[in-house]
Amino acid sequence: MSRNAKSLLRIIIVLVAYVVAIVLSLTVEMHPVVEIALFVAIYLAIGYDILYNAILHTIRGNLFDENFLMTIATIGAFFIGEHIDAVAVMLLYQIGELFQKYAVAKGRKNIAELMDIRPEVATMVVDGQEVEVHPSEIAIGDIFIVKAGDKIPLDGIVIDGSCNVDTRAITGESLPKWVGVGTNVVSGCILLDGSLKVQATCDYDNSTVAKILDLVENATAHKAPAEHFITKFSRYYTPIVVILAVLVGVVPPLFDGAWAMWLRRAMMFLFVSCPCALVISVPMGFFGGIAASSKMGVLVKGSNYLETLAKANIFAFDKTGTLTKGNFVVTDVWPQQNRQEVLELASICEQYSNHPIATAINNACKTDTRAIVTEIAGLGLVAEYVGGTILCGNEQLLANYNVELPQIEQTFTTVFVAKNGKFVGYITIADEIKQDSNVAIAQLAKAGCTTVMLTGDGQAVAQKVANQLQVTNYHAELLPQDKVEIVTKLKQSGTVAFVGDGINDAPVLAMADVGIAMGAMGSDVAVESADIVLMKDNPTAIVTAKKIAKKTMNIVKQNIVFSIAVKVAVLILSAVGILDKIAFGLIVAILADVGVCVLAILNSLRAMVVGKK
Amino acid sequence: MKKVIQMIDLDCAHCASKIEQAIAKLEGVNSVTISFMTQKLTLDCDESIYASIVEQAKKICKKIEPHCTLKA
Repeated sequence: MSRNAKSLLRIIIVLVAYVVAIVLSLTVEMHPVVEIALFVAIYLAIGYDILYNAILHTIRGNLFDENFLMTIATIGAFFIGEHIDAVAVMLLYQIGELFQKYAVAKGRKNIAELMDIRPEVATMVVDGQEVEVHPSEIAIGDIFIVKAGDKIPLDGIVIDGSCNVDTRAITGESLPKWVGVGTNVVSGCILLDGSLKVQATCDYDNSTVAKILDLVENATAHKAPAEHFITKFSRYYTPIVVILAVLVGVVPPLFDGAWAMWLRRAMMFLFVSCPCALVISVPMGFFGGIAASSKMGVLVKGSNYLETLAKANIFAFDKTGTLTKGNFVVTDVWPQQNRQEVLELASICEQYSNHPIATAINNACKTDTRAIVTEIAGLGLVAEYVGGTILCGNEQLLANYNVELPQIEQTFTTVFVAKNGKFVGYITIADEIKQDSNVAIAQLAKAGCTTVMLTGDGQAVAQKVANQLQVTNYHAELLPQDKVEIVTKLKQSGTVAFVGDGINDAPVLAMADVGIAMGAMGSDVAVESADIVLMKDNPTAIVTAKKIAKKTMNIVKQNIVFSIAVKVAVLILSAVGILDKIAFGLIVAILADVGVCVLAILNSLRAMVVGKK
Repeated sequence: MKKVIQMIDLDCAHCASKIEQAIAKLEGVNSVTISFMTQKLTLDCDESIYASIVEQAKKICKKIEPHCTLKA
């Protein structure tokens, strides 16, 4: 039988005995000594372990723990003749403890389920035989097999097979992802169909799953201000209440001589002197919030960042790679009717280059015409081919070759094309805006947050993108150190979250009140310096994470206010004697302790619920 | 050297922080954290004294929370 089942059985047996004893004492004429002996026996049955621990801990010098306080208070109750109350208090305390254990166990189980992304086995082929091994036994370069329904044990690259992969556990994305030969796969994802042969690109300790679990499990080491408050509070609360109890029990009766009444009130003080409701429920709420966000593809590296994110009211975004996809595409060709010709000529020049602009052009048009291409640094390219000479580059390049150009307004990157000394047309290339950037900005604005876009791009491009996204404000033509400066300024007017992806964002990520990095596309440096990592690179995840953070903070605040308010209320009510008038005053006090604790834990469990709201 | 030790039957958050504080005071311990929710003790100390630190940690644990054990 488990420990909890044993305690439950003991509580039920004692409860029955207790009710019988009360009925007997009311109906049958008993010698007072017999009656007290009966209740002492029941008391010992339900409280022997508490008494034992109290004595043990007192000998070892651990004064003021819960066991000690319970013992003093209940024995005190016997002395003033309230033996029915004394047993009730011990009984309720044990019931409360049991509830508390169940609630904690439930919380731990929920968290374990949320975090159940760890792969247990990997299948390798040794001498033509499939062998199951632990993922930690696989080295970089080893090849392993993953079948439908299995978790991918390590990060790697697919060398054979193709299938659909469920990446929800890692990214929170519910749509399956199709992978084939050459695709990088991430550990912790589940194969939906087919099978894959994968070559490991990292060992187990450095795999995505191991890193995520490590981050989340260690996140609670970074304590939030609310948690520090609890630690401090509990350090002073218990001794203060105990001292007050002694004062209440000793000083007033010196004047009015009502020793029994004041002793009873002092005991009520002792009952509510344990801060356990706060000590358990507050960290539990934070842990739940962190686990819930990781389920949604948002890794939060500490409880403190969750608290800051909940407060953040200014969101500064890097543009490229964060709000935009960071890949350039051809958005416009002039003249429209000669689109194919202009692109063809440009691609003849750009075919050997892997500059982002060249890639955009080559993606739009592939040429078979070979040419001898010369690069003119900072200006563009010159190609010699069977048809003559092609120029492809900026205005300056064409001007250098004395090509006449029409006046055009340039917002985005513009590539001019000329053939044999004559202007042919131009191509506009721009960065695509992520589909959900608009939604994220709009929702943040709705939540009352200021959004600011920071970019190294030119003024015109920045303005256009800022208008499309409807950010509150934007700053263009920034160097990395300018971003640091702007974020410093923003910090004076609120709590600033900075969202970025590049290496040059690392200082800003570290400097902001809370740094949010793109985890899938972002550089390792950025992910290292960030406090929160978005696994799917989607700005809307910020909105989700902020909601979770706010909910967590609400729960934590409710627990703090509720627990302290109830305890203070009991202290005041018992000090002025209102609880004396209630028959089971001591029981009210004990309920204020264990009852509040259980309620607070149950409330904290809500933080783990990931859901559509 | 950093090692993670699983704790069993850690019921009381208050005791967890007391155990954490007591282990942190042991000589040679660089850092120690106990996660109440995951019941994990992360110990950072020199490899040569690791075994003796774990023994002392077990004693501390037994003293503060008698039914809680370390699985090291």
